[in-house]
Amino acid sequence: MKEIVIISGKGGTGKTSIIAAFASLAKNKVLCDADVDAADLHLIMYPDVKERHDFESGHTAIIDQGKCTQCGLCRELCRWNAISEDFVVDPIECEGCGVCYYFCPEEAIDFPLNTCGEWYLSETRFGPMAHARLGIAQENSGKLVSLIRQEGKKLAEEKKLDLVLTDGPPGIGCPVIASLGGATAVLIVTEPTVSGRHDMERVAELAAFFKIPSMVCVNKFDLNPSEGEAIEAFAKERNITVMGRVPFDPAFTKAMVQGKTIVEFDGRSKGCEAVKNIWEDLAQGLEI
Amino acid sequence: MIISIASGKGGTGKTTVATNLAVSLGSDVQILDCDVEEPNSHLFIQPTIEDVKTITTPVPEVDMKKCNLCGKCGEICQFKAIVVIGETVLPFHELCHSCGGCMEVCPEKAITETGRELGIIERGHRNGLEFVHGKLRVGEAMSPPLIRKVREYARPGTLTIIDAPPGTSCPVIASMKGADFVLLVTEPTPFGLHDLKLAVGAVRILGILCGLVINRSDMGDDQVKKYAEEEDIPVLMEIPFDRRIAEAYSRGEMIVEVMPEWKERFSELYHRIEKIAG
Repeated sequence: MKEIVIISGKGGTGKTSIIAAFASLAKNKVLCDADVDAADLHLIMYPDVKERHDFESGHTAIIDQGKCTQCGLCRELCRWNAISEDFVVDPIECEGCGVCYYFCPEEAIDFPLNTCGEWYLSETRFGPMAHARLGIAQENSGKLVSLIRQEGKKLAEEKKLDLVLTDGPPGIGCPVIASLGGATAVLIVTEPTVSGRHDMERVAELAAFFKIPSMVCVNKFDLNPSEGEAIEAFAKERNITVMGRVPFDPAFTKAMVQGKTIVEFDGRSKGCEAVKNIWEDLAQGLEI
Repeated sequence: MIISIASGKGGTGKTTVATNLAVSLGSDVQILDCDVEEPNSHLFIQPTIEDVKTITTPVPEVDMKKCNLCGKCGEICQFKAIVVIGETVLPFHELCHSCGGCMEVCPEKAITETGRELGIIERGHRNGLEFVHGKLRVGEAMSPPLIRKVREYARPGTLTIIDAPPGTSCPVIASMKGADFVLLVTEPTPFGLHDLKLAVGAVRILGILCGLVINRSDMGDDQVKKYAEEEDIPVLMEIPFDRRIAEAYSRGEMIVEVMPEWKERFSELYHRIEKIAG
């Protein structure tokens, strides 16, 4: 089984629009939305949720005011300043380390498991989909990313499909690291701007660090061709496969507004033509 | 006053708004780029960097001469960052959250702390504007501790503008908590609206006042405006799609540099925020 993960470094370069187009073009695959912080793929896929599960991870301390003698040991030990002067834990600051819970001489601190999101297995018009929703202001997004990718692979095995297309998160931190391990290859979708290039270089370095083969495509290429060429030159230097250029095309936004992939919205648009070519090359290159 | 600029969805124009706002307001302003995974403000501000600091977080080191393999360190650690295996203790530094629990619990005082590099903080100036950003080390997973270090540079009595990362989880919370106002930058598309709702949820959990900037305001549909009206969130600025703005951005130029008339509009934006939050 193969898994292609789409990442970008910079947010808003078009990851989700491009993976949605791939969903229209690829056969025998599972879709996986691993951008659990701000998942958007479902806004085009309209998944019919078949299974819904709680995502439980991490703990938060709670002080029982009835048992607390206000000795102050917990406040002394807490490195997150999460306990107020009147001994109430701020759940947002609490790191879930359990040090206060462990040391409290009165056993006045409870340390329950958090429910910090939900994950789903669904059916879409393009095949099965695994997706998730991290609760607002929650931690452990990396763990949810790992979980949802595992569930995506399980789905593919059950349905005897040999490809997982994964929409990854922006950035280079914990959720991105969690989206890379074991991937067949990553496709970095970037844009021809100084920010796009800067961020692409950092995420490419991250993929190289984890030894994941990388490909790059420049979206909105004609916005600044010389920046686009600089990105491609950087890619070639680092043995990153250049997958072609996608022109700036308002059809992407129009398709999104209608809840369609660009292939469904306008198969003859220049954006669609470009994405089709990229998909064909990618499928051939990875023997999909 | 601290104004944090956030969005939910990435690529909506946070950095554009943060940098243009900062340079439009003259002196006694500082910009803190807290998008430490992918900081971009420096590409537009182009500050002269005056100092660079390496930031570390404490992680355990075990003196095996003192350790009696009791296993209490592994028991207290919630993150599986220290384990007793056979005759030795293995700390996994990259998993450690720096709570100090293992050191505290060790009856033999065999654990001391050393540092894991989180990244760097660079500080500099552009004319009267103070600039600070954090840059997460590539391969480092945890950005909130570095973000908190960047925020320590906020000077009371100064206008502090924070460029926050996208999303709605811990790095964003670390960039918004304690701000006087959150300016949410969005685009009028289904993705923009969906992620805006999540961002508003986060702002409300923190109990901070917020307002909206709608970028590329003529490109999608009117659902964002409808939502803002229903939720009583003021729309403080609209930036229409203009290829000149997009191209200037692509070259690392600010709107106020290529279209100086925008300076007035960004000052106006600040005055509106001041009226609400001041």
